[in-house]
Amino acid sequence: MNEGRTKRRHGRSETAQGYLLVATPFAYALLLLAVPLGAIVMFSFWTQDYLTLDKTLTLKNYREAFSEPLYGELLIRSLLVSGAVTLATVLTAFPIAYFVSFYVPPERKSMWIFLITIPFWTSYLIRVFLWKVILGYNGVFNTTLLGLGIIDEPLTFILYNVNAVVITLAHAYAPFAILPIFVALEKIDRTLLEAGRDLGESYVMTFFRVTLPLAMPGVVAAVLIVFIPTIGDYVTPRLVGGPDGLMIANMIQTQFLKLNNAPMGAALAVLAMAMVGAVALVFLALTRRFLRGQ
Amino acid sequence: MKRPLRVYAILYLAFLYAPIALLPLFAFNDGTVIAFPLRGFTWEWFRQLAEIPALHAAVLNSLTIALSSAALATCLGILAARAATRFAFPGKKGIMGLIMLPLVLPEIIVAVSLLVVLLQLGLSLGAWTVILGHVLICTPFSIAILNSAFQSLDLSLEEAAIDLGETRWSSFRLITLPLVMPGIISSLLISFTISLDEFIIAFFLTGTEPTLPVYLWGQLRFPQKIPVVMALGTILVVASVILLTIAEYFRRRGAARTGQADTGGFL
Repeated sequence: MNEGRTKRRHGRSETAQGYLLVATPFAYALLLLAVPLGAIVMFSFWTQDYLTLDKTLTLKNYREAFSEPLYGELLIRSLLVSGAVTLATVLTAFPIAYFVSFYVPPERKSMWIFLITIPFWTSYLIRVFLWKVILGYNGVFNTTLLGLGIIDEPLTFILYNVNAVVITLAHAYAPFAILPIFVALEKIDRTLLEAGRDLGESYVMTFFRVTLPLAMPGVVAAVLIVFIPTIGDYVTPRLVGGPDGLMIANMIQTQFLKLNNAPMGAALAVLAMAMVGAVALVFLALTRRFLRGQ
Repeated sequence: MKRPLRVYAILYLAFLYAPIALLPLFAFNDGTVIAFPLRGFTWEWFRQLAEIPALHAAVLNSLTIALSSAALATCLGILAARAATRFAFPGKKGIMGLIMLPLVLPEIIVAVSLLVVLLQLGLSLGAWTVILGHVLICTPFSIAILNSAFQSLDLSLEEAAIDLGETRWSSFRLITLPLVMPGIISSLLISFTISLDEFIIAFFLTGTEPTLPVYLWGQLRFPQKIPVVMALGTILVVASVILLTIAEYFRRRGAARTGQADTGGFL
């Protein structure tokens, strides 16, 4: 009984200490993230005429967002681009993660991961700009292909359109896809694979029936961590997207900084978030069976 | 399977490094057009960098912001990572979820929501508002790094120190802190790198004094200024590679010190 009491007292002080420590970062996130996110939602129900802000609640911005074709087009395009980027990034990232996890000797794994993450940490703006240089009419890609005699005239479908946005973003988010998949693959007990093969499964079947399902938590994490932030990318569509490659973030920026219509920008931001949120939830529901026990 | 995968991995690395590899080529190229063929070797663009006062102001501004953000984010990161790894408390998942949220939130959402609140409060924008935003996005990275540092810590070491008469604080200072120090340094460097490179939040919250990426963004519109930007980019890449190598060194040393298996990676 005595022991129970000490335990309880100990438990309480554990809780108190935990709260004490987490209080500051939590307060920071609450004040500078939760409150502003709430404010954005509230703003989306207000209206603004140049500098005067009308605080009566109205659905006017949302009605405009749904009736004005441009907004709808940008929202749908952003969602499709994010989806394409996610698909491209995760599909190309998986073999890399698999290679590093299964075929690179343990002592060299962290070097490979380090090599993969370096480009991600170098100036984002300049990296995106350089894709423009690579994909351009007189760019590196076209000049090389022309030089090799593979094509007769420069390819034009690779810059200033959605393709360029997808390639550039797939490059930008590569480590975000590789790392979670790599971590999931590393956790797989290798004896399970041996067991699979000892029981007569082929390499391919073992991969699909053992490795892939066990790697799914990493794949799901990769999908979410690429899909959600991509929808808000501003720089890439602006630099390599051309007029038909612009995305919703460009419109949000225009509403806030150029048209002085923060409430409309806020409504578009809320809509974009609601859309990715909905897609992410559906995706999670569909993949839930792979995540059981995680 | 090994051979085709290795070939693929090497091609993929080439894809990852393509933009960075081009940077020095154009930075030293004696021509104003950023396209092949290259013209010849020149230091001209680097020389011009030294003569742009607006650039120097932007660099100074960015360094101030990055140093402050790194220090603040790492302090918050230490508190949160320690709480998350050492203590159990109700609502932990929700609380940590909110703190980690900026990791997946599009930066433009963070930027506009902060902007709206700051303007409504009638506060003027400046370096400090950028710091507020950067601390928010750096803290989750700091926590991710420090979590693994704290997690691998043997709790009995601290308990032993307390049993031997140290207070909670002194045992933390004498035992825990030195063991997680490599993680702290790594977190400082990563946060510094993130803040130095961050564009969107700075773009919205910087006011009249641009940070380095905001200044760069302005320059990208002028074709004649691109070679100078390439030179600046080369310096930035070299600087971040050095910072990251140091961060990686400390992260590995930390992993070795606490006897944890080294899986690599910051995330």
